[in-house]
Amino acid sequence: MAGRTLIVDGYLTTRPRLYGRGTLLILGAFLWMGVFLFAPLAGLAVLAFATRGEYGGVEWTFTWGNLVRLAGWDEFGFSWNHVQIVWRSLWLATVTTVLCLLIGFPMAFWIAAKPARWRGLLLALIMVPSCVNLVIRTYAWQQFLGAQMPAAWVAQHLGLVPEGSALYPTVAAVYLGMVSCMLPFTVLPLYTSVERLDWTLVEAARDLHAGRLRTFRHGILAQCMPGLLAATILTFIPSLGMFVISDMLGGAKFLLIGNLIQQQFGSMNDWPFGATAGLFLVLASLVALWGLRLVSERETPHARGRR
Amino acid sequence: MSRLPRWIGWASWLGVVILYIPLLAVAILSFNSTRYGQQWGGFTLDWYAKMAANEAILSAAWNSLLLGVASTLIATVAGTLLAIGLHRTPWPRWFQRGSDLAINLPVVTPDIILAIALVGAFAVLREWSAVFKPGLVTLIIAHATFQISFVALVVGSRLATIGRDQVEAARDLYANTGQIWLRVLLPQLMPGIIAGALLAFTISLDDFVVSFFVSGPDSTTLPLLIYASVRRGVTPEIHALSTVIVAGTMLAIILTAWLQTRRDATPKD
Amino acid sequence: MTHPPADGRPLDLAIRAIDKAFGSVQVLRGLSLDIPDGQFVTLLGPSGCGKTTLLRIIAGFEAPDRGTVTLGAVDLLALPAHKRPVNTVFQSYALFPHLRCEDNVAFGLRSRRIPEAELRPRVREAMETMRITEFARRYPHELSGGQRQRVALARALVNEPEVLLLDEPMSALDAKLRHEVQGELKRIQRKYQITFILVTHDQDEAIAVSDRILIMQDGGIAQDGTPEQVYERPVSRFVAEFMGSANLLPARCAGTPVAVCGFGELHLPAPATWSEGHLAIRPEDIEVRQAQPAVNGVAGRISERLFRGDHWELLVTLGDSSTLRITTEPDQHHSEGEAVWLELPPDDLLVLRD
Repeated sequence: MAGRTLIVDGYLTTRPRLYGRGTLLILGAFLWMGVFLFAPLAGLAVLAFATRGEYGGVEWTFTWGNLVRLAGWDEFGFSWNHVQIVWRSLWLATVTTVLCLLIGFPMAFWIAAKPARWRGLLLALIMVPSCVNLVIRTYAWQQFLGAQMPAAWVAQHLGLVPEGSALYPTVAAVYLGMVSCMLPFTVLPLYTSVERLDWTLVEAARDLHAGRLRTFRHGILAQCMPGLLAATILTFIPSLGMFVISDMLGGAKFLLIGNLIQQQFGSMNDWPFGATAGLFLVLASLVALWGLRLVSERETPHARGRR
Repeated sequence: MSRLPRWIGWASWLGVVILYIPLLAVAILSFNSTRYGQQWGGFTLDWYAKMAANEAILSAAWNSLLLGVASTLIATVAGTLLAIGLHRTPWPRWFQRGSDLAINLPVVTPDIILAIALVGAFAVLREWSAVFKPGLVTLIIAHATFQISFVALVVGSRLATIGRDQVEAARDLYANTGQIWLRVLLPQLMPGIIAGALLAFTISLDDFVVSFFVSGPDSTTLPLLIYASVRRGVTPEIHALSTVIVAGTMLAIILTAWLQTRRDATPKD
Repeated sequence: MTHPPADGRPLDLAIRAIDKAFGSVQVLRGLSLDIPDGQFVTLLGPSGCGKTTLLRIIAGFEAPDRGTVTLGAVDLLALPAHKRPVNTVFQSYALFPHLRCEDNVAFGLRSRRIPEAELRPRVREAMETMRITEFARRYPHELSGGQRQRVALARALVNEPEVLLLDEPMSALDAKLRHEVQGELKRIQRKYQITFILVTHDQDEAIAVSDRILIMQDGGIAQDGTPEQVYERPVSRFVAEFMGSANLLPARCAGTPVAVCGFGELHLPAPATWSEGHLAIRPEDIEVRQAQPAVNGVAGRISERLFRGDHWELLVTLGDSSTLRITTEPDQHHSEGEAVWLELPPDDLLVLRD
């Protein structure tokens, strides 16, 4: 076929010429991304199996040692340290996702029930904070939870915290920060699917004398499955890699995988182990994606074809 | 739809409160004259004046702006060309699929992974040229790297809405390739390019994680400055700074939305 | 607005032996066609018959696998679309959404760098012809479908092309508007005296506007003739069925000018070329008689009677329970259930190719 005259958009040309032009156009971007992204990402996967040098450098001696360390064994024997960090990260991401869904689902209905001209405004209201830098929002939480602020005052008088102390660093503060950070990304996909909901199916479920729970499950939840899935993914995966919020609101002892990675690339200067933690993060995200797809496929076979 | 249970409204307001109350708290504190602690000591604008005179803050703001503008320029040019090259070339299917995957990769990869990948890349490249030592250059490169994808996605989706018949009609009306681009495709693509650039700029300002990893001592940006100041002990100037940034962000969004509605409104004479 | 070709020869369009396939689908098969300068030709056929592909080859949006297309002495296939003296009115109109109507109309002239001083009066004239002057400063999305179509026509005609191609330009309009535009098209073609090639699947439209109709079937031409010829004397079963209104009669013939149908024998003007095939007769050519006619009389019973305003439409069930459709003058009165004789005059019986 090469060399034969083609007509594309009314212009006589040949395949090699078209490809030549196309390659020129995409070359810059792909070269850039190749050098600064694709190659380094591949390098990271290799780095995860390298060894830390004596003075912090990288030695290209390949080992499973980093994985073993992440699982808890190091030269001093077994410790729960890393296992705890991994477990805490998974747990935090899961609970954050559940909390965001619990608040975000009602919010999606709430917005969808408003008159059309209000909906855009409310959506903007919810999306605007997500455009404010995360550090500033987390810093704002620190201030809000400060020792002399009303929230702390109430807690102090209820005897929940000692007199004169702030509400951070605490686990609860981390959850507040996480939910407020992730909530916009939960609401948006949920809203798009709630807005397209077919309410006749809900009515039908009610007519069949289904209980409230059954009506919700078969009439509403099944239809919102794609949005629910997107919301879960968009909340869970960024939560998993978070380190700013835990660092600023959770204190030095509340470590997540993100903090672990940051430490290895920072003060600990152990890049291979940091890369291993990073690799684990990516794999955990992929497993989560795959698991959620399985769930959605099991939950929505009857809803297929209606879209 | 009208018979929503009442608790749905309550839960929703709870969500709105969680989103806004800390921002509101900082805004109030920024007008508080007390130097240390959060006791209300009376209204003042001193912290705004002090902020405007603070060398470190001004230099960080300048760095943030420089970083945003430079990386957005690079990403807009590269991302737009990428979108055009992908959409207007009859690539084989496998290549199109691969490209889609490649473009979406930075969007779905966690920030921290992008950050350490870039740190690794710069460490290797530093052996070869001093340009890649941590600083504004590495920041710009890092931001542009993930911005390219967003620009390419936005411009690509706009490009997909311009039908083949537009190009054919232009060709039919005696336009050569240059004229087709200048008079038909680019004018219609412009809103997409502007939207892509705005998004890229927002993402640059929004980024902390990648900046945290690849910046150097002389390239502190505003988020990095605030993060550092939390460790050193907060001054109310930081409250003022945060409030200005929040207000600025909101203003920018309102402005964008307003421009959008104006563009959509039917022009009349 | 005349087109004196430089060498004095007419600008006839000659299409020779065009083959075109998309993948494994053969869309055009050895199609040849001559269109004299200034003719209004319609390519008529069902979707997938290749009519739009032929149009796109003439316009320069597709390259044929084989064959030639010449306009006068010019080899069109050697020219890219933007250098052909041919303009197209697209099915979608393809107006430029970011340009006002007047700038849409001026687009082609500006592409050719015609000076503004010369361009303005030409744009104004084209817009006046199409009666869109009042929309000059509007954007396409502010216009109705009919108005957009006029802009698309003006945008093409202002370039004074040798050939104007129209790709189903009326498919987006409602029935009333379509009638109006059909009259308009005819008027404009007379005014500009250039070749119009219209693609449509609407036989009424084709009959209303064309000098000549080409019925296309499977990438070839099934019949080529005036609207009267195609309507009244379809040559094949495909054409008769596509044009819609004729009665089709399955018949056998054994080399004599007599055909055997299910309801009886019919005399033909000449023997059929086939032993088994179809005859056709138009509803208005069948006469209703009270008594048995001398030739080709068929007995039947009126099963349905519909008043169509200017005529009656009768459905008559014959002996083999097949049905014939007949139209009669409004002053003839018959009732449902009535037994009648029908006369199928031999000269009006068409022997079809299958």
